[in-house]
Amino acid sequence: MVEQEGFRRYVAHIILWIGIAIVAFPVYVAFIASTQDNALIANGQMSLLPGGHFFEVYYQTIFVGTSGSTREPVGNMMLNSLIMAIMVAVGKIAISIISAYAIVYFRFPFRMPIFWIIFITLMLPVEVRIYPTYKIVADLHMLDSYAGLALPLIASATATLLFRQFFMTVPDELLEASRIDGAGPLRFFWDTLLPLSRTNMAALFVILFILGWNQYLWPLLITTRDDMQTIQIGIRKMMTTNDALTEWPIVMATAVLAMLPPVFVVVAMQKLFVRGLVETEK
Amino acid sequence: MQKQAIFKSKLLPYALVAPQLAIVLIFFYWPALQAVIQSFLLQDAFGLSVSFVWFDNYVELFSEPAYFETVVRTFIFSFAIAASSLSVALLLAVMADKPLRGGAVYRTLLIWPYAVAPPVVGVLWVFMLHPSLGVLSRYLRAAGIEWNPLLDGDQAATLVILAAAWKQISYNFLFFLAGLAAIPKSVLEAAAIDGARPMRRFWTVTFPLLSPTIFFLLVVNIVYAFFDTFGIIDTMTRGGPGKSTETLVYKVYNDGLIGGNLGSSAAQSVILMIMVIVLTGIQFRFVERKVTY
Repeated sequence: MVEQEGFRRYVAHIILWIGIAIVAFPVYVAFIASTQDNALIANGQMSLLPGGHFFEVYYQTIFVGTSGSTREPVGNMMLNSLIMAIMVAVGKIAISIISAYAIVYFRFPFRMPIFWIIFITLMLPVEVRIYPTYKIVADLHMLDSYAGLALPLIASATATLLFRQFFMTVPDELLEASRIDGAGPLRFFWDTLLPLSRTNMAALFVILFILGWNQYLWPLLITTRDDMQTIQIGIRKMMTTNDALTEWPIVMATAVLAMLPPVFVVVAMQKLFVRGLVETEK
Repeated sequence: MQKQAIFKSKLLPYALVAPQLAIVLIFFYWPALQAVIQSFLLQDAFGLSVSFVWFDNYVELFSEPAYFETVVRTFIFSFAIAASSLSVALLLAVMADKPLRGGAVYRTLLIWPYAVAPPVVGVLWVFMLHPSLGVLSRYLRAAGIEWNPLLDGDQAATLVILAAAWKQISYNFLFFLAGLAAIPKSVLEAAAIDGARPMRRFWTVTFPLLSPTIFFLLVVNIVYAFFDTFGIIDTMTRGGPGKSTETLVYKVYNDGLIGGNLGSSAAQSVILMIMVIVLTGIQFRFVERKVTY
């Protein structure tokens, strides 16, 4: 603006760099710790420069796991997390887009009650109904299964609302045109609406993938078998052992590996991420 | 609400809503109903008999000083997390909103912690500030502070608040940036021509115009502090030492799973549900109307 002199800009640069340092420091420490010798860390003499154990620590973390009680390779946990995150994201998008389509493009008895039944789920996160949900999943014999991990997290309305809003902005002329071409409701959905929704679906996928990957309380309750653990649960189990025996380099390598996929998604697909975040919060 | 141009079909719309309806009914309504029913039941210590006790679980909960303390603690945590995270994020957003060289890079470097999972946040911070091996603890001890969050409840609470606020900075930053971008530059220029210095311009023009964003974020941050801090607390302190970092959600988990007191745990869930519904209601009301001037 008028008096935007150099000095103020320097201050802004400095404040932003301090902010970035605060934000990055814990992660930097974790990465450094994952390349060092455990004895050094346990003695409280960890250096703030990278050590020489990078390959050895990451190899053990991914393919072998800790040498303590939970001998589960983190690579396997990452696979579980990946499957769960993709199931949550794809599942939610799939069921939401078709129900939003029905609600916007059809007139049928109980349309509004059904809409409200779905809409209300927006309000309650899974945390507040955790034990009864656990019991139902147990009764359905879905403990320690991918379906049990993903399905209860799919039960929410955010995506439905988003698609409903988007469909309302699609001009009616498109429907008229495809009707003249002789297209039925399914054809119109598949050939016209779905291609138009691509960006929305991608933005939603980014957000839901991160949400699914980062789930904690739910997988903590319903996975009992070590080979079904997600990476977030794995970290906690690694720290359960007596502090002195915690293999910190492996714990920190696991933390770094747990951050990598979602952080990569945010940075690589920044535009979609921002869009998805802003849209789902409306 | 609905299109003018629509399809006519008897069965297809039901088939299309059926999957979502089924999942919502089985995994949302049924458990929520169960929680409400369970909150009126009392199970004996061996789980052999169940009796209907009306509001006994609630009465017992409210007569328990520990529950009241947890409620107060959760609110203190929420406001501390919201206030610290919002103020840092606002400062950074105001700086990043300026036409600076490398602005996009700053943005990218500030938004990625959104993607870090709460349990990982807990691990990172507990490691950094671990009493015996944390890299920052050395400096705290050198500064003469007796730092031991594993034993000192206040220090543990501070640690949880710091970690939770740290994670939320990026989210708040993004929404503040969007809010700042929506403020018309002409208003700020007008204030500048009237001779308002940058600080004054911020407090008299920018800040009031941001109030809808601030209010929205305040609610989101409180909900975040209620629910998403579970992973942070669980990997950092498990609610301890004592009960000094036990929030409402953590207590539901603790009493139900470890204490085996399902009736009380269910009653707490129901109270939490009511709190969230109220918070969401407030948010909808004000977001609809906008807190504008």
